[in-house]
Amino acid sequence: MMALSRTTLFGGVLLLAGVIGFALLPGFVGGYGLSMAINFLMFAILATAWAMFSGPSGYVSLATVAFFGIGAYTVAVLGERLPWGAVLLLAAAIAFLVALLVGLSTLRLRGVYFVIFSFGLAELIRQVVNWYESTQAGSVGRYVFLDITQEQIVWQLTAVLALLFIVGWLIERSRVGFALRMIGDDETVALHCGVNITLIKVLVFSLSAAFMALVGAIVAPRWTYLDPSIAFNPNISFQVLIMALLGGARRLYGPLLGVIPMVLLFEYLSTHFPHLFSVLLGVTFLAIVYLVPHGVAGLIEGYVQRYRKRFPGKRAESDIPKEGAL
Amino acid sequence: MTASAALLSVRDVTRRFGNLRAVDSLSFDIGEGEIVGLLGPNGSGKTTMMNLVSGALKPNAGTIRLAGADIAGLPPNRIARQGIARTFQLVRVLPSMNCLDNVKAGLGFGAEPVWGSAADSRAEALLQRVGMAHRCWTLGKDLTYMDQKRLELARALALQPRLLLLDEWLAGLNPSELVEAIELLRKVRGEGVTMVMVEHVMDAIRSLCDRCVIMNAGAKIAEGTPAEALAEPEVVRAYLGDDVHA
Repeated sequence: MMALSRTTLFGGVLLLAGVIGFALLPGFVGGYGLSMAINFLMFAILATAWAMFSGPSGYVSLATVAFFGIGAYTVAVLGERLPWGAVLLLAAAIAFLVALLVGLSTLRLRGVYFVIFSFGLAELIRQVVNWYESTQAGSVGRYVFLDITQEQIVWQLTAVLALLFIVGWLIERSRVGFALRMIGDDETVALHCGVNITLIKVLVFSLSAAFMALVGAIVAPRWTYLDPSIAFNPNISFQVLIMALLGGARRLYGPLLGVIPMVLLFEYLSTHFPHLFSVLLGVTFLAIVYLVPHGVAGLIEGYVQRYRKRFPGKRAESDIPKEGAL
Repeated sequence: MTASAALLSVRDVTRRFGNLRAVDSLSFDIGEGEIVGLLGPNGSGKTTMMNLVSGALKPNAGTIRLAGADIAGLPPNRIARQGIARTFQLVRVLPSMNCLDNVKAGLGFGAEPVWGSAADSRAEALLQRVGMAHRCWTLGKDLTYMDQKRLELARALALQPRLLLLDEWLAGLNPSELVEAIELLRKVRGEGVTMVMVEHVMDAIRSLCDRCVIMNAGAKIAEGTPAEALAEPEVVRAYLGDDVHA
């Protein structure tokens, strides 16, 4: 119990330091630094939100960009008509509802079927938006002219990331988070233990979708011009997946460890090899799955466990395997 | 026994898979505090029957009542909350979670959920009860077969079931483990848990069960004390074949 509160305190201090750091950042860096910070924050939220559901449950989703794009389009359509706060809430609410409907009908699919389905869902939404824009709205693209600066985007994303960490932490230690881990281990057992598995899965899936939509909405003003191939670019789903897996999806802080190197790597690849980007993305994915199957967080915990096993006197015996179990 | 005194009352339950009637208008009662063996040759529908009671499968016809309330066709999580816990024919523990969490899985979502530090101490007590107090922090996947079985039992007991379904819980144990396991079940029974067990280990059935229901081809062919039921000519025929008298 003592150890738990110590790690909680440590996490809280780190979170606070991060928030203050990002809040003050615009005073110290120029436009390029801000744009990197936005990239970093954006992927940090997307990957953490992705891992909040997919990590414990084992349902690998490639629908990240579907919800991200819903957020961006909410801004493109309503951004000038409603107050900014209402637009953000609406973006999150729409994504939540879409995820709810989709989840109810499809979260009974397991393994590769769910992966394929979620990828198909993102494409479907993109095509529907494409069709609507070209046949009903009159033009495929939209302009987003909002008076929102890069600094403000950084601040908003920082707030969302902090909120996400708090929500994620609360879920992880609640019965909902525990049930999600049971589902990831064995759905049948979870069901026969009294867990309403559909409710739990759909709830957390929808919650993570709402966060993804928030990111899409907040960064939309950055683009000025938006069309379905930008807002629903499937590369985003794959990048998020790769980052979360590299960092380690079974820990709340895990994806963050993958986001930092990957944002830098993707930035480098997309500026130096723009035409080979997709190929290199695939190669990176393969390398990660082969080399660090449990992510950086898994590697670190592996070392910590081995260290503690070698020096068992350092901490209470009971702490050791408990950490590794999560 | 009258139907009103029965904890579990199965009436004319049928379950078809295509043209096969895996369970065919089966009826039986389980009284409060009884241990009843559900027996029969392979493929006679025992596990299907267990799945119907626990909600893993829905019956095509018939009623299943737990203390008077119809539970036939309810989803497994609702049935678990009504007080029916089960173990699985192919043992199932939560592989990436430690033993304490495996038991808490049974504590947190039942009719009276226990959570937090109360759950920790309850889970420890349950592990102790099945002789696994020293395994609290071991992961499910790292356990021996016998320990996985014990852990499954602890998880099932964590639900505080009125009725416990054991699907070949004793299968695959060596003779000394078997003695231990039977002793454990006897202890559990002493605490007032009603049990239905599908079992092939005859020694266990003779020493534990008050009554047996014997199935063949989806139907009940005999019922009574183990000694009576197993001596029925129909039962002998079902197990050994028709030409045994020839």
